[in-house]
Amino acid sequence: MNIPEQTPEAKLAYDTRWQRIMDCVALKQPDRMPVSFYATFWLAKYGGISCKDLMYDYEKTKEIAERAVLEFEPDACLGLVGANAMGRIFEAVDYKQLKWPGHGVGDNQPYQYLDREYMKPEEFSDFLRDPTGFYLHTYLPRIFGAFEGFEKLPDFPGMFYFRAITGLRPLANPEFRKALQRVLDAADEVDRFMTHAGQWNKRINALGFPLINGSASGAPYDVIADYFRGATGMMKDLFRNKDKLLESIDMMRQHLVKMTIANAKASGNPIVFIPIHWAPDAFMSPKQFETFWWPSFRQMMIELIDADLIPMPLWESDCTKRLEVIKDIPPGKCIYWFERTDMVKAFEVLGDVVALRGNLSPSMMTTGTPQDVDAAVKHLVDNVWNKGGNLILEHAFGTPDETPVENVRAMFKAARKYAG
Amino acid sequence: MSDTNQQEQQLIEWLADMNEDEAFALAKKMLLEEGIDPLRVMDLCRRAMDIVGKRFEEGEYFLPELVLAGEMLENISAIAKPLIKQAPGEAPKKLGKVLIGTVHGDLHDIGKNIVSFMLDINGFEVKDIGVDAPVQTFIDEINAWQPDVVGLSGFLTLAFDSMKETIAAFDQAGMRAKFKVMIGGGQIDEQVRNYTGADAFGVNAVEAVKLCKNWMGAAA
Repeated sequence: MNIPEQTPEAKLAYDTRWQRIMDCVALKQPDRMPVSFYATFWLAKYGGISCKDLMYDYEKTKEIAERAVLEFEPDACLGLVGANAMGRIFEAVDYKQLKWPGHGVGDNQPYQYLDREYMKPEEFSDFLRDPTGFYLHTYLPRIFGAFEGFEKLPDFPGMFYFRAITGLRPLANPEFRKALQRVLDAADEVDRFMTHAGQWNKRINALGFPLINGSASGAPYDVIADYFRGATGMMKDLFRNKDKLLESIDMMRQHLVKMTIANAKASGNPIVFIPIHWAPDAFMSPKQFETFWWPSFRQMMIELIDADLIPMPLWESDCTKRLEVIKDIPPGKCIYWFERTDMVKAFEVLGDVVALRGNLSPSMMTTGTPQDVDAAVKHLVDNVWNKGGNLILEHAFGTPDETPVENVRAMFKAARKYAG
Repeated sequence: MSDTNQQEQQLIEWLADMNEDEAFALAKKMLLEEGIDPLRVMDLCRRAMDIVGKRFEEGEYFLPELVLAGEMLENISAIAKPLIKQAPGEAPKKLGKVLIGTVHGDLHDIGKNIVSFMLDINGFEVKDIGVDAPVQTFIDEINAWQPDVVGLSGFLTLAFDSMKETIAAFDQAGMRAKFKVMIGGGQIDEQVRNYTGADAFGVNAVEAVKLCKNWMGAAA
């Protein structure tokens, strides 16, 4: 893929767009309300290809994603290739936690996560004692077929002197060697994937468009809940395994912070996208939230802020009752993206603390008309932007896959019509 | 509760207060050591679940309590059920039959499972046909089982069209008037209800129970 030299005009456009986002973060209203663009399988609809092709065909996905960015001219966009063209790397690792087009769902369906217990309650102790060992022996072989054979690896902690040498014998095991080769092959595919994604990002930057985030992460509680214990397992842990749960969450926070800072610095973009799954009002009591969920995430955000990063949590579902709690963060350092939380209420509570992002309703975007979209944008402009809110306009959680293209056009048009 | 003795009242309280270990030990003792009628023990569990449901409705309890309550009930039932020697005609009368499933294309089931559990403990007979349920499966199950209410669940936005298609198929099959249709899931709202042609939507399990009770003419 050709990465053009950035022209002076494109540089000016890039800098102007990026400054709008940074102004919002700093709680200063920019010259106009910025609009960001986040899309996954909607791009397949837009480009007239199948969801499967979007995941597998690097070149087509790059072309369609670029076409969309050039048509809508967002102030910032997601790294659209990295977020979509993952079919080959899923296949290479034989990924077990998802079903994706051609692997469990139809060619025109989005991928779906399989909520399962990927770590049993009796494994908390192993996980806490030696997390790397747990990953190598248990977790990775469980979630990636390519790692089946890694359970043959020895326990490294405790090895010493000659034992550290003779202890290597399991590495001669044929099953381990076969697995190692599969993992190395998978790593080659991951390298190709990252190259394609990176090329697209650079090209889109050169054309004048910043990425809205350079890296992504998870909240400590959510990572344990979603990817280890499973939803119902985690909910039972709140009663049955409180101490080990809190210990695991704290350990996960430390690893997440280290990984996230490294990834964000490597990307050169300070904004860290953090989709939030378990904070919604209905998912736990205020007391549970303030005991199990919020302290670790707040600390993580503070540590990211201290590393000059900008956390951008996407508060999924309705978090209206959490607003007063999640307000406790240094002002001018974060972007809070809300899905179903009432944005007007969020502005009232958080307007002097964080930039806001969102939140056109998925039901309206998918089943409504361009006139409905226009009215919804006007509502946000009248009640948030025009009242001083530092709002980055966006769909509730990115463009819903089924959204008619004319409704997306209506969103961008209405933003310019009502807010500069 | 005047018709319960101190031990029975203790079981209800422990269950309702999420004291799992104590409640399970006591239920086990009552069933296996004291030979107490398993139907009586299950009735005490049901009373505890009523309290859990009420606390959920009042905003004191949330999803984790419902999940743990379901687990406690299941564990006690596993001991109690083999001990039940039920005479014919003694089965408790149910408020109505609810067929529930996640619509085709969608594999999510947590919300659906919680709704099924809440309907069950509130006196409904529930048949869960699982996730990614094809339109024809709904129609076949409805024909075979004759439910009073059909619940369509879906978490993804693709479920809007799957729900619309499923409900349209009920119309085409000439069966739409025989039952009520409720929909639910993360993205469901009045706009989606209108789009799909469902009779009602609910944002949580308590609302699903209320809808069903209203339709069956039972006190909500």
